[in-house]
Amino acid sequence: MIEFNFSVVLAQWPMLLRGLGLTAALTAASALLGSLLGTACAWARLHGTAVLKQVVGGYVELVRNTPFIIQLFFIFFGLPSLGVRLSVEVACVLAMVLNLGAYACEIIRAGLLATSRGQIEAAMSLALTPWQIFSRVVLPPALARIWPALVSQIVIVMLGSAVCGQISAEELSQAANLISSRTFRSFESYIIATLAYLALAVALRQLLNWAGPRFIFVSR
Amino acid sequence: MVQFALWDIFTFLLGAMRWTVLLSLIAFVGGGVLGMGLLFLRFAQWRGAGIAVAWYVQIFQGTPLLMQLFLVYFGLALLGMDTSPLVSAAICLTLYASAYLTEIWRGCVNSVHRGQWEASASLALDFTQQMRHVILPQAARVAIAPTVGFMVQIIKGTALASVIGFVELTKAGQMISNATYQPFLAYTFVGLLYFALCYPLSRWSQKLESHRLA
Repeated sequence: MIEFNFSVVLAQWPMLLRGLGLTAALTAASALLGSLLGTACAWARLHGTAVLKQVVGGYVELVRNTPFIIQLFFIFFGLPSLGVRLSVEVACVLAMVLNLGAYACEIIRAGLLATSRGQIEAAMSLALTPWQIFSRVVLPPALARIWPALVSQIVIVMLGSAVCGQISAEELSQAANLISSRTFRSFESYIIATLAYLALAVALRQLLNWAGPRFIFVSR
Repeated sequence: MVQFALWDIFTFLLGAMRWTVLLSLIAFVGGGVLGMGLLFLRFAQWRGAGIAVAWYVQIFQGTPLLMQLFLVYFGLALLGMDTSPLVSAAICLTLYASAYLTEIWRGCVNSVHRGQWEASASLALDFTQQMRHVILPQAARVAIAPTVGFMVQIIKGTALASVIGFVELTKAGQMISNATYQPFLAYTFVGLLYFALCYPLSRWSQKLESHRLA
């Protein structure tokens, strides 16, 4: 009979809580910056010069067709040989931002493409500048259209951040690793961390679904 | 210090890539079979079966693949099984793939018009016959593109098997990086090899999708 002992794992709750905090912080930073990067890239793929379109297209395909763990290792272990030294946390955020940016680019681009021509023509006839048309007329309804997909992608990036423990960022999965080697209760440690991730995923989805229509795009 | 020729590094990585491909194929085929079973359960209208499958999907989609790998790896050991990293990774990725595939295919089955269910029921087909002869052939046309697209996600997912010690492409890249002190070179190569595997599948998936819509 297998005996479980969750109490020795739960006794390490300050460590779990710190891990959860760092996971949440990494996610918040990369969700914000990644969405901005994605929006900029989506704009560039639609309105940029030919060269810019190529560059952004290459970036998107490169990120979407390689594993996140390789992107992270490349940034953390590979870049120092080019003279770019990053702290663990900065490397994690950079990898997550670049990752989310590529997926968000394609999601947001699909939303922008669905804007009807008449909307833009109406805005032009009101003498709005191209920037005003993009930021006031085209972008908000585009974001409203693709919000569920973007929320899913942000949740995926949050779950992907578990990999950051592999470069010893002390986030939730790394907390589970440390507790597991302290207590020799591997299975229990990972069960608790996994449940924490599940709760975080549900909470994050709820939060973004609530916040989107109120703060990001104001639906009337 | 031993010097490594670029060619040696490249052939070593190519050799390891075979394991990435093998693990991806196991996960895709195993996940496809299991996912199809779950799809039948979900539409069979047995009490509780649909909800159980929905929970199964929610758990796999709401937790990190890395944690799932650790749980399977240590869970099998807890059950007294002598686990190799390959077996653990294959089981875990199969379960992971089945959850995603059954959810993808559920959407495709739902896209088949209700009238098709009613018409086939009025011809006295039972549930299995309905699925096999009427619903699935029509759902398959919608399903091909996202299923091919999901293969890319499986290949990228196998990279995490390196963490439980399975020597596939990512682990081989780490070994090369440690042996040559050239992480930049190692991870560039590894990244390009993953890209060479995934990009054709991504393009194929996009092409299938645009053909279907055209």
